[in-house]
Amino acid sequence: MENKRLDLSNSQLKWETIFKRVLVTMSILLVLIILGVLATLILESMPSIQSLGIKFLWGKIWDPVNNIYGAYPFLIGTLLTSFIALIISIPFSYAIAIYLGEYNPKGWLSDLLKNTIELIAAVPSIIYGFWGLFVLVPIVRAFEMKIGVAPYGVGIFTSSLILAVMIIPYASSLGITLIRMVPSPLKEGAYALGATRYEVIKSVIMPYTRSGLFAGVLLSLGRALGETMAVTMLIGNTSAVADTLKNTIFGPGNTMASVIANEFTEADHTQYLSALIELGLVLFFVTVVINLIGKRIITKFTNN
Amino acid sequence: MENTIVKAENYNAYFGDNHVVKDVNISIGKNEVIAVMGPSGCGKTTFLRGINRMHELIPNATAKGKILLDGQNVYDMNAIYVRAKIGMVFQRPNPFPNLSIYENVIAGYLLNGIKVSKADKDLIVEKSLTSAALWKEVKDSLHKKGTFLSGGQQQRLCIARAIAMQPELILFDEPTSALDPISTSSVEALFHELKANYTLIIVTHNMQQAARVSDRTAFFYMGELVEFDDTKQMFTAPADQRTQNYITGRFS
Amino acid sequence: MEAKIGFRNVKSVIFKSIIIFFAFVITIPLIIILVYIIKQGIFQVNWHFLTNVPAPVGEKGGGIINALLGSFIMVMVAAVIAIPVGMAAGIYLSENPRTKLAYYSGLCVDILQGVPSIVVGIVVYFWVVKPLGTFSALSGSLALAIMMLPIVIRSTEQTLRLLPDSLKEAALSLGVPYHWVILKVIVPCGFAGILSGITLSIARIIGETAPLLFTAFGNPYLSWSLTKPMESLPHLIFTYATSPYDDWHNLAWGASFILLMFVLILNIVTKLLTRRWKIQL
Repeated sequence: MENKRLDLSNSQLKWETIFKRVLVTMSILLVLIILGVLATLILESMPSIQSLGIKFLWGKIWDPVNNIYGAYPFLIGTLLTSFIALIISIPFSYAIAIYLGEYNPKGWLSDLLKNTIELIAAVPSIIYGFWGLFVLVPIVRAFEMKIGVAPYGVGIFTSSLILAVMIIPYASSLGITLIRMVPSPLKEGAYALGATRYEVIKSVIMPYTRSGLFAGVLLSLGRALGETMAVTMLIGNTSAVADTLKNTIFGPGNTMASVIANEFTEADHTQYLSALIELGLVLFFVTVVINLIGKRIITKFTNN
Repeated sequence: MENTIVKAENYNAYFGDNHVVKDVNISIGKNEVIAVMGPSGCGKTTFLRGINRMHELIPNATAKGKILLDGQNVYDMNAIYVRAKIGMVFQRPNPFPNLSIYENVIAGYLLNGIKVSKADKDLIVEKSLTSAALWKEVKDSLHKKGTFLSGGQQQRLCIARAIAMQPELILFDEPTSALDPISTSSVEALFHELKANYTLIIVTHNMQQAARVSDRTAFFYMGELVEFDDTKQMFTAPADQRTQNYITGRFS
Repeated sequence: MEAKIGFRNVKSVIFKSIIIFFAFVITIPLIIILVYIIKQGIFQVNWHFLTNVPAPVGEKGGGIINALLGSFIMVMVAAVIAIPVGMAAGIYLSENPRTKLAYYSGLCVDILQGVPSIVVGIVVYFWVVKPLGTFSALSGSLALAIMMLPIVIRSTEQTLRLLPDSLKEAALSLGVPYHWVILKVIVPCGFAGILSGITLSIARIIGETAPLLFTAFGNPYLSWSLTKPMESLPHLIFTYATSPYDDWHNLAWGASFILLMFVLILNIVTKLLTRRWKIQL
């Protein structure tokens, strides 16, 4: 009986080590995946990097037929759509964060709003794109006719609109958490001095959560930069650069993500494919850096 | 001493570079109830956890020296086996919330995949719960989860769980400090009954408890075993000045 | 003085109204979108729709069974890959938080969470599609699995962190070996939290299109094979919505409705599971 127990313990000791090794291996796998992604992107974009160099980033012509590749149209497209979407969405994200964080943190109405926001984040982007194509585009087209620009309907403006809705949940849910974290003594001190609710929010809560809310904006931005499908369906898919800013915004364009989505399977020669991959590499770096900065700010904030 | 069950020889314990238990030598006999007392941070819990090799599970925790269980050095044995042979009851009652009361008692067999017949299982559960003075209170709700039990009952469930493994030695790490006075006295009464079949080592923060329940008492101070003597002797005429200071409340 | 206070109070009330307006106005687009999808799609769904493949151009009728089956298969395979790996990594991170590996691994989880889905698709193309010489459901599943990982890992890690150490100690002191302590005590106790991470990650990948564009690619026929291209709900929606044919648009609306329902149900299930556990997913 004793010996059986000892034998059991001895074999268990062996399995313990195996189990621990498996856990370690899976964690290492994660690092390998990221390194693998980076390595593949760099490797496959090498031909393009070597032949075009850094000029790729501000080349204005994207002409695969004649083997001329420049990323400028897509950088513009990505930056414009993301920043316009951010600007549109920030008032809404902040309002939601302030409402749910400060005015009404509990209760059925607040739960309802919270669930609505989470629902916005849950709807797949393809569905936003599909709806946008059939409902938003005609509306924008009519609007464009009214303000005297070419009535494409699709374009950077339309994509930015739908993107704005999609990224609201990212800044707002972080904002709610942060605003709720403001210590009561701080707020009570201001109230005790006779401050109104608005003044407490403006002078106590906002400054306190400033860096955290900025991190939320970065996370929203990261999400916007990486969004592919809704944008692909609404942006018009042109690689030409328009002449004025107004025409650029209200006209068709492309983002880094959308041009990859559209042209990847058509890229029939190495130069073409590796130029697209290089765009993917740039996209990878930009989104990763922005997300990491955002996350770092959040950890610093929550550790204080 | 032929009847020795646990013997520490020059036992030292460390957390990283922190020398927490210094050169302990102690011999404990079968069926004794030993209280281990001392001020916070004196190393008594660390020493206790060295006996069943729970100490080394903490990152950067190391130990030197020997602890002999029935003549064999536990540090030469299979650690899992050592822990199965020695029972432990913790400060906060910790029954497994995902198991029923019945399953909690035989958890030591269940979680190890040891095959036991239903009849034997029933027997072990009844015997262990009886020895822990809990059988009458739970025998009709054996298959419910133990979350409705009071603190004292949960602790007695943990004691039953330890007993079910048929250890010779049971270690108690401040077992009543999280309990109310009534539960505390029910557990203390248990020590008296358990003594017949088991050896008990009880770390306690409560001097009066040490005086009440134990045959011999060990006093730890700043990592050292300062004094180890008959409980009566220790509390009436301690040999060491430090023990005297502790007992008279100079520091706690 | 009193006028000043009155003015400040009015400002405060106006501000609150503005906030409430901006906060709630955002429900309008969501409701519009949901209602539109349901309206366009619900009447497309019938038995024929659910059991047939899409009809060729010009023919009426057709269905989405190839996409339904495809999504189901690829999500299941992705889950089979991602759940063990994710749980193991999550267990490691919660059990060994201060090691160097935990730092770098955790960093990589954060990075992975931010990688655009199209980039994942590109990479898996070079890892699986090119060597195999064909688009395949397997590559699609791998891409989806990679996207599932960060959510599964974080939810496992955070759930297990919330469990008290005393649970582990109790089991270890009984002579239970480490792997049984984790698998038979710790993980079952954290089951609801871990499961909610799994359902949330499935809800996410079921609607992902970009990673499948050049991995699973799409298939107008019903296919069970992991080594051949496979259709999926979101990819079908993309292809047929951007086509010029009304019949195909209808198929896409029906598929959108079904996809939306799946996503909603999975999110509700996740909500019910996270009620017990206050973890930040």
